[in-house]
Amino acid sequence: MRVAPYLLSLPALLLFAGVVIVPLVMTVLLSFHDWGQYKGIEPVFVLKNWQEVLSDSYFHEMFWRTFRIAFFVTLLAAMFGAPEAYILNRMKSPWRGLFLLVILGPLLISVVARTLGWALLFGGNSGLVNKALISMGLISAPLPFMFTETGMVVALAHVLMPYMVLAVWAALQRLDPQIENAAVALGAGPFTVLRRIVLPQVMPGILSGAIIVFALAASAFATPAIIGGRRLKVASTLAYDEFLNTLNWPLGAAVAVLLLVALIAVVVGASRLVERRYAQVFG
Amino acid sequence: MSKNGPLALAFHTLFVTFMLAPILVVCWVAFTPEGFLSFPTDRWSLRWFYAIARYPEFISAFWRSLWLGALSSAIAVAFSVPAALAIARYRFPGREAMTALFMSPLMIPHVVLGIAFLRFFTQIGLGGTFFGLVLAHIVIVLPFALRLTVASAIGLDRAIEHAAVSLGASEWIVLKRITLPLVLPGLASGWALAFINSFDEVTMTVFIAAPGTETLPVRMFLYIQDNIDPLVTSVSACVIVITVAALVVMDRAYGLERLLVGRGTDGR
Repeated sequence: MRVAPYLLSLPALLLFAGVVIVPLVMTVLLSFHDWGQYKGIEPVFVLKNWQEVLSDSYFHEMFWRTFRIAFFVTLLAAMFGAPEAYILNRMKSPWRGLFLLVILGPLLISVVARTLGWALLFGGNSGLVNKALISMGLISAPLPFMFTETGMVVALAHVLMPYMVLAVWAALQRLDPQIENAAVALGAGPFTVLRRIVLPQVMPGILSGAIIVFALAASAFATPAIIGGRRLKVASTLAYDEFLNTLNWPLGAAVAVLLLVALIAVVVGASRLVERRYAQVFG
Repeated sequence: MSKNGPLALAFHTLFVTFMLAPILVVCWVAFTPEGFLSFPTDRWSLRWFYAIARYPEFISAFWRSLWLGALSSAIAVAFSVPAALAIARYRFPGREAMTALFMSPLMIPHVVLGIAFLRFFTQIGLGGTFFGLVLAHIVIVLPFALRLTVASAIGLDRAIEHAAVSLGASEWIVLKRITLPLVLPGLASGWALAFINSFDEVTMTVFIAAPGTETLPVRMFLYIQDNIDPLVTSVSACVIVITVAALVVMDRAYGLERLLVGRGTDGR
């Protein structure tokens, strides 16, 4: 056995052991500690926080809301991001690069600035979004977006949309255009080509994009905090409150660890399913 | 390949509008002449841009973010170069697990990382310090640096190195004169991507930044939590303009697609 690769990665390994693994283990331990308003954190082993998080209906509702929002965000991203990636891929040279920059660029723009944009667009009953929807005749009365789940879903779909476009785009690059041409030559209409040729081949891309978007939506913090305000809580904003307002760190740690475990379960489970289903495509 | 029909182009127009609307709206409101949030139509004003100068906390937070990003990305690149060479050139037991560990900050929710760092730094006496921020940012931007470094290390033609060795170059000379210059473009773009991610990071940083060590996104976030006024839109507009400028430079220099999609990486 050669030692060179281990020596080369040793600095980074030590860094990650010290600054990632140790803090995560400390957080798991913290979730088993006791806490009181006056005594602070007591380093004893109790199941109190976990019992509270797992049995209290307040936490059930909050986790349920978190995953419901993540689900709808993923759905929106797949419904709009996947077709857009396909359209983008069929564009000609200057437009293709330009619009790719326009659509992927927001990924690198501060999430606080982007969410602020949505807060301005929603802005109460006179917000621009409502004015636009009413003038298009889609709705008759203004919809509440600020401080609602609908607003959170729309803003998060915008924040995470580039990830979906990126995943589908990457899948489209591996696609052989000759297959499409062959289908057309054999007499298939555009919708048949899309449904029978393109969609099955980019499905792994859509699914891996969906996994990324779901995981990021369920753990998003800044967007739900700004759009949801102080009342409408998701898992991450609740953990933040426990840590920096209530100061009940052990309970906050339990919420965070549960979020992490639930997300790992969903992501690993979904990835396994996708890989098994598309073993031929990946292999 | 056929062309996009009118329906596809209509969809595309709506999609691009959706993607750009919130960003443009921030820049639009920033030019309001009023003392409250409004959409300027006939009268435009720079008063809220001048107003930033009266809030030193935004300015100092901006410089802190800049230094934090530059420093943590540089250190992250320094850590990832040897690790990337190991991952790209050797097949060894634990290689997959090690890569997964280095990529894990992408998968672990930043809220969880923020909490973990808060607990850890408080325990070891680094709570609320700039040094703690740097440590935390090194870890969260390392995956971006590593991914691009691995990609360029894999793309490297090893015959050039062998030629240097056969011409009598020592291992150190090969590393210094051949290997590092060849992976340098990858390192530069890895640094740039790491920098942008550090500069924008808010979720993890909001847990570990204290009043004297707030970064710009954290300062903006905390400000918005209290109230939304035109000042924060003008600050955001500045951030957007800076990011877009950096983006265009990176796109010209390296290609945004290559940067974000990544070719030949096995990280993810």
